[in-house]
Amino acid sequence: MAKSHVTTSINGQPQEFLCEPGDTLLDVLRNDLNLTGTKEGCGSGDCGACSVTLNGRLVCSCLVLGVEVEGAEVGTIEGVSTGDGLHVIQEKFLEHAALQCGICTPGLIVSAKALLEENPNPTEEEARYYLAGNLCRCTGYDKIIKAVMDSAETLRGVA
Amino acid sequence: MVSVVYEAPDSIEGAISLLANADIPAKILAGGTDLIIQTNGSADESRLFVDVKRIDGMLDARLSADGLDLGPSMSCAEFTARDDIRKVFPGLVEAAYLIGSTQVQGRASLGGNLCNSSPAADTVPALVVNGAQCVIAGPGGERTVAAEEFMTGVGRNCMEKGELLKIIHLPTPAAKTSDAYLRFIPRTEMDIAVAGAGVSVTLDDDGTCTAARVAIGAVAPTVLLVSAAADALIGTKLDDDALQAAAAAASAASSPITDRRGTAEYRRQIVGVLVKRAARIAATRAKGN
Repeated sequence: MAKSHVTTSINGQPQEFLCEPGDTLLDVLRNDLNLTGTKEGCGSGDCGACSVTLNGRLVCSCLVLGVEVEGAEVGTIEGVSTGDGLHVIQEKFLEHAALQCGICTPGLIVSAKALLEENPNPTEEEARYYLAGNLCRCTGYDKIIKAVMDSAETLRGVA
Repeated sequence: MVSVVYEAPDSIEGAISLLANADIPAKILAGGTDLIIQTNGSADESRLFVDVKRIDGMLDARLSADGLDLGPSMSCAEFTARDDIRKVFPGLVEAAYLIGSTQVQGRASLGGNLCNSSPAADTVPALVVNGAQCVIAGPGGERTVAAEEFMTGVGRNCMEKGELLKIIHLPTPAAKTSDAYLRFIPRTEMDIAVAGAGVSVTLDDDGTCTAARVAIGAVAPTVLLVSAAADALIGTKLDDDALQAAAAAASAASSPITDRRGTAEYRRQIVGVLVKRAARIAATRAKGN
């Protein structure tokens, strides 16, 4: 079957790719575009390791087809750092040792960034609910939440 | 591996034509949070996906004096962010907020929740108690089906080949009317309802209930509108006896199964408790309207 041609924007850069109509956005990012920062965990929308933004909304890239992003704006972990260095959230994850094996980390950082863009001053409870779709089997979440809350303070300019 | 054929028509007519003329199993793609997983596990050799999100109006919600006209494919994230809708239908917005994770809500839609027709679909009891009408377009024209008539079995609904859900219409609630939806899950987030209950009540100036609708989920093959439970509330001040009677009516109407998330006996009991609690919340809200 002929591959589909898709024109989209990834991390602010125009991007074209060819994919099978059944390929997920996750397949395309990792296998065709070599954007392997986005991880595959469950492949069924439960774990959040493949979190990306689609037109500004947080989604699981395993539940989006590559062909669906025609004309859309996709944001991945590769677009989080600015070029001058790490994003505040990335620095805080390091500072708080908020990762162990690291598979959940790109998804959590993309999700935390989406959270803080929507709600710059979340309560801990709001942060925990927002990030409930990002599973981490190592840390027990406490250090992740500390890193996110600390990031929020820093980004608000209060710390 | 299912071979997928993908089409994204920009009109209702285009979608109907693709669906009606498909010679392989055809599926409507909205948010895809159920469809993509179901396709991965499917024995079909090939499937046609008709992506309806590029059709005008599918992703919009318009609130007017007539009520809410909801584009079936609008994501739950867009829907729950609408403060104007939350003011009028707080229970429905809460139900949409319970579906899956933030990520799933970024794609999943109320129309998709309805068309997937799971008995545990959280938004369906809330749609039913608000008197939602589903406008279905097909080769023979349009027809309108009440939300409580839409589902016909587990994963089954009234839509025929070639048809698609065009709009969900919710009438403007009467004065001093409000809704609530509650579900029970074993954890605090990211789970499927063991039982769910939606309630809408209308009160008069004395606080007497003059109209009510009660719908229950995950306790029968489809979401059920339980008129006996509503009748137990109407004419009362929603005192404990009335709430208990409504709970008993909801439990009696249920026909739950036992599975790993709960026993039939437990579901039957808990659905009554949820009706009681949701009725109290809806009444508190209605007093404020």
